[in-house]
Amino acid sequence: MNDSRPFTDNGQLNELRQQMLSFARLQLSDEQQAEDVVQEALAGALKNAAAFNRAASLKTWMFAILKNKIADALRGRYRQPQMTDIDDCKDCSLADDQLFNERGHWHKDDRPQRWDAPEQLVHDEHFWRVFDRCLDALPAEQARVFMMREFIELDSQEICAALELTTSNLHVLLYRARLRLRECLEDHWFGAGENT
Amino acid sequence: MMNCQQATRLMSEAQERPLSLKEQAELKVHTLICSGCRRFGEQMHLLRRFTKASRPQDKDDSNQ
Repeated sequence: MNDSRPFTDNGQLNELRQQMLSFARLQLSDEQQAEDVVQEALAGALKNAAAFNRAASLKTWMFAILKNKIADALRGRYRQPQMTDIDDCKDCSLADDQLFNERGHWHKDDRPQRWDAPEQLVHDEHFWRVFDRCLDALPAEQARVFMMREFIELDSQEICAALELTTSNLHVLLYRARLRLRECLEDHWFGAGENT
Repeated sequence: MMNCQQATRLMSEAQERPLSLKEQAELKVHTLICSGCRRFGEQMHLLRRFTKASRPQDKDDSNQ
């Protein structure tokens, strides 16, 4: 990998562009707007290429720029006609939660366990692969609002406005996303260590 | 008394809005006696930090 001049590697840049596009599509549900924000982010990055010189963090840097572009695009939507795919919020009921028994207490096998050494994981590529797989496993609505909240870092009110969700529906979606993501990480990372 | 489902729900909501004093008190009492929910609460903060530090992958990554 050419460390000093990441922008001269078209293959790498193209791959990154694809990753940015699929993320932007998921967040914006609008092909044209997704293309636009990715173009803007790439153009902005290339313009400031001098400020950047380590291939290892190229992706992090690009996504930081993309994140801001998506946040702006979502904020700009408040008064525009809304997407309809999330309005019904099929996923906003708590009825089918299987982690708890009929009295609302943890099933024995699902009770959260201790997570060892979480601080060191940030540099562990294997962990991030599991993390991504767990995110991918979330139902689309949950994944979308969760990433808006925790990755793009919009606040609750901004997300509700952008998606025309009620606050309580949003809170339930986030709660369910967190429950599932936590469970998935414990099953496939934190608890899995004992078996390997 | 508050059960685990209600307690975890509140811990998730605490990331979105300030809890009332009553909610905080009930949650405190529950987590004193429930280690599962106590860990859940700690892990909510970790989830937030992990996600902030993550970089979304392309779905096709798994095919390579």
